[in-house]
Amino acid sequence: MTQTASLGAIALHGVDVHFGEGKTAVQALSGIDLKIAPGEFVSILGPSGCGKSTIIGALAGFTKVSAGELRVDAERVTAPGPERGVVFQQHTLFPWKTVAKNVEFGLKMRGVGKAERERKARDILSSMGLSEFLAHYPHQLSGGMQQRVNLARVLVNRPRVILMDEPFCSLDAQTRLQMQELLLSLWHELHMTVVFVTHEVDEALFLSDRVVVLTQRPARIKTEVRLELPRPRTRDLLTSPEFVTLKRELLELLLGSAFASTSPS
Amino acid sequence: MESAVRSAVAPPAGTSARAAAEATLSVPLARVAQGSVSRRLRSVAIGALSIGLWLALWQLASVHKWNFFFRFENIPAPTEVAAAFAELYAAPKFAAHVGNSVRRIFLGFSLAAGLSVVLGLLIGRFRVAAQSLFPPLEILRPIPAVAWIPLAILLFSSAEQSMVFITFIGAFFPILLSTIHGVEGIDRRLVYASLTLGAGPFAVFREVILPGALPSIVTGLSIGMGTSWFSLVTAEMISGQFGIGYYTWEAYTLQQYPKIVLGMITIGLLGMGSSFLIKWVGRRFMPWFKPDASAA
Repeated sequence: MTQTASLGAIALHGVDVHFGEGKTAVQALSGIDLKIAPGEFVSILGPSGCGKSTIIGALAGFTKVSAGELRVDAERVTAPGPERGVVFQQHTLFPWKTVAKNVEFGLKMRGVGKAERERKARDILSSMGLSEFLAHYPHQLSGGMQQRVNLARVLVNRPRVILMDEPFCSLDAQTRLQMQELLLSLWHELHMTVVFVTHEVDEALFLSDRVVVLTQRPARIKTEVRLELPRPRTRDLLTSPEFVTLKRELLELLLGSAFASTSPS
Repeated sequence: MESAVRSAVAPPAGTSARAAAEATLSVPLARVAQGSVSRRLRSVAIGALSIGLWLALWQLASVHKWNFFFRFENIPAPTEVAAAFAELYAAPKFAAHVGNSVRRIFLGFSLAAGLSVVLGLLIGRFRVAAQSLFPPLEILRPIPAVAWIPLAILLFSSAEQSMVFITFIGAFFPILLSTIHGVEGIDRRLVYASLTLGAGPFAVFREVILPGALPSIVTGLSIGMGTSWFSLVTAEMISGQFGIGYYTWEAYTLQQYPKIVLGMITIGLLGMGSSFLIKWVGRRFMPWFKPDASAA
């Protein structure tokens, strides 16, 4: 576990992403420069539809960059790979595999033997309170449990980086908070780098070391806020005065003039 | 019918609408469940009664040789058909007819299923395969299998081969199209997820594309089973020696009218049995697939 502590550095240099051609061409990202330290928890906060998910797509290796380059531990990102785990907004568990088989999938792809991968899947699932659901199929679980299994499926591979694209936004408020706490404790234990895309200020503040705020499309980096909030973070933080002050600041940064113009009414 | 019964038996936990309705009607759950059993019995009884009435009507029409638009003078009565059925046990030729048809279906359908699933997976997954393989198949697709019969007779040296070929054609296109749709309908994020978990191209195919397309493939197989029986029966009537289609047509030419109905019923039963077999196999392979289940 400690060997991953020095790994998981991310660097983006002048990254542009365009989609489509000719008249329908859209620019999603423009000149993104960003450095993320190994083991850092960085949230990317931006207005809806600004292109923040594109950063995840590019880092994961699904989306080709039009200019600039992305590196993870000095290695250029060209294709998806298991050292960069991805968690999407909706779970992407295989409906035809049981919970245990879903979690074993990455290990199976790496050629880990059957007995060992079964043991590892069982261990991580029971650490996440899912040991009674090994033989269930994903459609038999609630949304929060599905997303927990999804997280287990990524983490069992001990990725250096995990890329999360609004992973909790379709969950109800209570489940979301539980998932955020679970994520923080897993991150604390495993020391991986987390890039967490969200449009929710509370979520970004509660989780991150640093919040990167993006502009409207094409997304550029508007500003970065380093958070000195103490860890481990508990839900009491959510109502503390310093949290509320930071939230107000970030909301103004995020919504800018739109926030100012709508607030009097 | 079945779903109505199931919803009446299902516990009301979690479905607040039903709980509310129950509260207002103040019907105890036990009585609802009990009522559903007798309701089921009643629906079976009504169904049986209806079939009985239709058979009685047919019997009357045949015995009295009713001729009003439909000419019943040559139509065998249900009792005659039943008598023909009883004679079957003494006729080994009938078993040979059924055996021939089943063998042709098995050969033609298996060949079609194997080839069309492989082609469908390739066409659905790879653009090059779609560009090169799909256009010629698109040209052949609208031609009904039955229209192939004359050409099939010319193409093959024996009638047997041409009939298997017709069966093959009948099953091929429904399975092909369902497989292609199945592959195209797979959530791309599942493919992405498998790639980020370290799957190579072959593993993506085996672990994601094939199981993802499976529900659609099974649907295609069950449609293809129906069309292959349809095609085979026609082919047997035209060019057959042996086979249940040939038997039915022969009964007509030999004026053994009860056997016509017997042949028809047998074809119906064979079709039903084989599509049941496909559904059963499909369920065995897809314990995870619940088309009517809402998520947890």
